[in-house]
Amino acid sequence: MPQLTETTAYGGGFSAPAQQAAQAFRAAMTALARPGTLQDIAGGSPPAGISPAAGGLLLTLCDPETGVYLAPDVDSPELRAWLAFHTGAPIVAADQADFALGSWAALMPVGQYRVGTSEYPDRSATLIVEMAQLIPATATLTGPGIKERAELRLPDVAACQANAKQFPLGVDFFFTCGGQLTALPRSTTILPKE
Amino acid sequence: MSDYNFAYLDEQTKRMIRRAILKGLAVPGYQVPFASREMPMPYGWGTGGVQVTAATLVPEDSLKVIDQGADDTTNAVSIRKFFERTAGVATTEETTKASVIQTRHRIPEAELSEDQILVYQVPIPEPLRFLEPRETETRKMHSLEEYGLMHVKLYEDISQHGDIATAYAYPVKVEERYVMDPSPIPKFDNPKLEMAAIQLFGAGREQRIYALPPYTRVVSLDFEDYPFEATKADYPCDLCAAEDSYLDEVILDDAGSRMFVCSDTDYCRSRRAEGHVGRLGEEAA
Amino acid sequence: MYVAVKGGERAIDNAHAWLAEERRGDTNVAELSLAQIREQMSLAVNRVMAEGSLYDPDLAALAIKQSRGDLIEAIFLIRAYRTTLPRFGYSAAVDTGAMTCDRRISATFKDAPGGQVLGPTFDYTHRLLDFKLAADGEVPQAPIAEPRMEATPHITEFLQGEDIIEREPASDATPGDLTREPMSFPAGRAVRLQSLARGDEGFILGMAYSTQRGYARNHAFVGELRIGKVPVEMEIPELGFAIEIGEVELTECETVNQFKGSKTVPPQFTRGYGLVFGQSERKSIAMALVDRALRWEELGEDNLGAAAQDEEFVLSHCDNIQATGFLEHIKLPHYVDFQSELELVRKLRREAQELAEQMATQEAAE
Repeated sequence: MPQLTETTAYGGGFSAPAQQAAQAFRAAMTALARPGTLQDIAGGSPPAGISPAAGGLLLTLCDPETGVYLAPDVDSPELRAWLAFHTGAPIVAADQADFALGSWAALMPVGQYRVGTSEYPDRSATLIVEMAQLIPATATLTGPGIKERAELRLPDVAACQANAKQFPLGVDFFFTCGGQLTALPRSTTILPKE
Repeated sequence: MSDYNFAYLDEQTKRMIRRAILKGLAVPGYQVPFASREMPMPYGWGTGGVQVTAATLVPEDSLKVIDQGADDTTNAVSIRKFFERTAGVATTEETTKASVIQTRHRIPEAELSEDQILVYQVPIPEPLRFLEPRETETRKMHSLEEYGLMHVKLYEDISQHGDIATAYAYPVKVEERYVMDPSPIPKFDNPKLEMAAIQLFGAGREQRIYALPPYTRVVSLDFEDYPFEATKADYPCDLCAAEDSYLDEVILDDAGSRMFVCSDTDYCRSRRAEGHVGRLGEEAA
Repeated sequence: MYVAVKGGERAIDNAHAWLAEERRGDTNVAELSLAQIREQMSLAVNRVMAEGSLYDPDLAALAIKQSRGDLIEAIFLIRAYRTTLPRFGYSAAVDTGAMTCDRRISATFKDAPGGQVLGPTFDYTHRLLDFKLAADGEVPQAPIAEPRMEATPHITEFLQGEDIIEREPASDATPGDLTREPMSFPAGRAVRLQSLARGDEGFILGMAYSTQRGYARNHAFVGELRIGKVPVEMEIPELGFAIEIGEVELTECETVNQFKGSKTVPPQFTRGYGLVFGQSERKSIAMALVDRALRWEELGEDNLGAAAQDEEFVLSHCDNIQATGFLEHIKLPHYVDFQSELELVRKLRREAQELAEQMATQEAAE
């Protein structure tokens, strides 16, 4: 079979969906369960401009049952076509999104996303934030998943702190760059790194 | 391999479960509703744990399945076989060699590591269920952090029996927020809930998934004057002489004579292999 | 020397081999074919399809054969198979008004357009064992009449013309699906009906019966009961219109219930609704009664505290696959839990005894 190029909407999915999605999920789960750790995530080749890590997350977590918001800096007909073909996920507005993708600046303000309700804090959005780099760290973390202390690079420490203050409500973050990701759940206590 | 998809479940079902697991990890102790599927084994026999394991397994995993601490109990055998057949993953009985452990009613004695995932089968995930049968009510209680009813129940136990009369599925508070049912593990296991491994809880029939990230603070509910106590039968294991493991009681004859043996069969085996010998044990060959 | 019980795997394999042998029974007796089950045990097949939520008579027959006639086990096999099937799309709502009825009766009007059609019913049979059937099951052909060509309108439409029965507002909203989303309460009528349609016939029957005996009595008349086949159509987006993809046999029951009115609703008749796969008459009537009982809140009636009015109670307990699984799981080993209870009870007894002894010593001293 000829290799499909990355630029078509039909290429760039998982070649062995069940196995690769399982591996990508384990990376995402480990990152979220252990804030501050850096995980490799491979297998997805989204259209140009989107990191393989973000592509892998979308392929692993999105389907017709999840609404996806594309921030202006990543929204393109190519990405929409790729998402539609590989996941079937509907494109929705930010305040309806289960998942949102973009750079930090384009995704803001964080207040526009669903944070869940007190009875259903799980009805909240997950932000996939494309980063220029995942190191060096800008914040010190404590909380679930962290033995004593961990460190993480955050695009905006104050905004992430404000999000964590709403616990158990709030959004959760994946930070992606190239083939790697980190994560920050709402449960983490954040201090700026001295 | 078989005609079924890797790890049996279809990809869409796995995605739905995976999303629930992530929410569970983000809000430790909160029960995330999920659209549990009918599995080829009955509800109440581990369908929640099986679905969570199926959504978590990667081909490289080494899976261990225990029931009552033992690898060779019939339901553990049946579930292990299911994954051998549908996921083709390696299986092991050795706690230290497993990357994913599915369990019913026990936490292994050996300390788990950061590379491991412990998946619990949960029959009734709601710790408040036997105080308030209505889901609509208990959901409100969790949202308002209104756990007075639970304390009243425990306190009534003390005034009536002089002790908290809950021996297993002993409720815990997670990160000072959610009261959580640790599944029907003996309260002996409660202190182990703070561990290095990721803990995932699956309740299939009740359609709930919840989770504890590593090192999450988990406190067993108690009172200052009646502190929580992790108890076990006050004997050493009759096979391996362990004093620190949870014991099963076995009736030996018509006269009712008894012996006590480790419920964790792998722990007992490895101790015997190291040369430990209990009252009724034999030197390892 | 004590040796722990081992060999779970071999025990399971052997048990299953024995089970297979028992299922087959005496090999001197001819084996049942699926066609025999499908044709001659059709009401069992219907129940398995209805509660299994999968319309396929051959698969239902296979499940009955495999389960040795244990219908709940057969329903379980079908459910477990059903979840592995991919979904290609959703059919259009079926039009039961266009049903080719094998049976159609109304208890509320002596006659109505479409007529009273008894159809193949047990009603009015005398329940006498037919010993002839033991020797020879062949029967002469039943008399045949010309099929009626005109439509069979719903009885409730006549009441609606007079505006004396509640109107069902039409809705294009996508109904919920409890097999795809976790149940939450209040579930809403659509999910309620789905849950009742797949619910255990015995449980729904018992609930319905309880309303008749006064636990939230709702004065139900069978406005209409109809059984027959309806076409199933599916909208094909590429074509822009619906095409027929098959037909299913359904039983539909609409009850007409007396209603004195409430703060919000004037006196009028109200409805209960039952719709079930296959010829499942008892189930559909029971479903309609329970549906009506569960509607107390939307109709502004009083909560009488009856079980059949309690949505969470009914929907949480009507599924026989959930129920039987959890019930039977107590067969599984629980020795860890039992051991912890054993130690607790021993400890409590020890403490109680010590206390009693202390008291006795004190009393003796006084």
